[in-house]
Amino acid sequence: MSCLGSWKEMPIATLIPEPGNSVKYKTGSWRAGFKPVIDHSKCVKCLMCWIYCPEPAIVRKEDDSVEINYDYCKGCGICAKVCPRGAIQMVPER
Amino acid sequence: MGKRLGLTGNEAVAYAVKQADVDVIAAYPITPQTVIVERLSEYVANGELDAAFVPVESEHSALSTVVGAAATGARVFTATCSQGLALMWEILYIASALRLPIVMSIAARALSAPINIHCDYSDVMGTRDAGWITLFAENVQEAYDNIVQAFRIAEDPEVLLPVMCVHDGFILSHCLEVVEVLEDEQVRNFLPRRDRPNVLDPSKPITLGPVGLPDSYMEFKRQQDEAMKVAYRKVKEVGKLFGELSGRYYDVVHAFGVEDADVVAVCMGSAAGTTRYVARKLREKGLKVGVLKIRMFRPFPKNEVRELLKGAKLVIAMDRATSLGGAGHPLQMELATTFYTWRQKPLIMSVVYGLGGRDLTPMDIERMFNIALEYAKKGEVPEEALWLGLRE
Repeated sequence: MSCLGSWKEMPIATLIPEPGNSVKYKTGSWRAGFKPVIDHSKCVKCLMCWIYCPEPAIVRKEDDSVEINYDYCKGCGICAKVCPRGAIQMVPER
Repeated sequence: MGKRLGLTGNEAVAYAVKQADVDVIAAYPITPQTVIVERLSEYVANGELDAAFVPVESEHSALSTVVGAAATGARVFTATCSQGLALMWEILYIASALRLPIVMSIAARALSAPINIHCDYSDVMGTRDAGWITLFAENVQEAYDNIVQAFRIAEDPEVLLPVMCVHDGFILSHCLEVVEVLEDEQVRNFLPRRDRPNVLDPSKPITLGPVGLPDSYMEFKRQQDEAMKVAYRKVKEVGKLFGELSGRYYDVVHAFGVEDADVVAVCMGSAAGTTRYVARKLREKGLKVGVLKIRMFRPFPKNEVRELLKGAKLVIAMDRATSLGGAGHPLQMELATTFYTWRQKPLIMSVVYGLGGRDLTPMDIERMFNIALEYAKKGEVPEEALWLGLRE
């Protein structure tokens, strides 16, 4: 259940009194059974996945290699679709 | 006694808004409301009112503009009716959920089709569940008084809800009456500027209007429901305070002759005056009839309705709007629910009148009371509504 507490404790008017807290909202639980997995031996660091990812779920590192942040990855599969080398596969989670 | 002016309903509303010293007005003209915003644009143009007047391209934009302005902390006003109110519909819910103390005037008018510019409540009843406090005026004086009180109610820190002030299109919007107005200073003192938490301020950043998914949406709706309960109490309090200021005391309902009445007609707006006039004549002849005017339609004044109608055998629900195909018409359904959930259940007779501005005559009302008295005697009411003044 939600961490927000009773309706009596929540701020009124839909307002969020603290700025920049959307990082606390982890959307990884939205994945419906599949998660992207990178085969680094095939990756050529083109960064197509990083550009197309609609979440900040593809993390770009110093050397332009990428990692997936499963806290935010919703499992949409766009990264797997756009990868020109087939280096990202959607694999069943359970 | 305050100053007395000859004003139409629309002019009285504009005058009250000017005295309330609003910061932003956004509106789009629509008959019969247009004069309100015409007067306000004149006040702004000639320097009598220091406000931003935004002439928008539609009512959807009008309400969106005042939502945005209210979110910055401004005191705002808009006015509309009929198709314009219908076009505002989706923003109505946003205004109330963001808890913005917007005041809006409605010169009630029928909805198309057929296109019609005259009074009924089909426009207002469409906003029934939108979370707005809704006040009806019986005459031009009340139209003025309601606007002044509306800002005080809306901006109460425990309420923070938008308020819709309804006056009947043409019947009141264009009717010239002698109106007793307050001094500007009295209104300013009655409407102090107050802080509220839902104001966008770059130095104290907040988010207003984010998504609220299944884990939070219900909680926000419950908060709004609670705010309506508080508003019920506050409308009564403000009505009393306004009485101390002006000598004109307001409650959420107004009762006439209900103490000993077998039949009580329940109505809203300008019909109340005519209905009371007829009820008085009938009472002089010894007929036990009364009138209950609903001033506050939202939140619905359940407590007063129950208390004041507890002795009635039959209650007439006078609806100036229809719920086509419904279990009843809007006011009838409110009354039915009010009594069904209580220990006492008078007969409720449904009457539809005045659609699209159809005149409500004293003769119609006398006929209505006579029919109702017959049914009260028999202890039953017809399933179907009586359409008053309809050519059968």
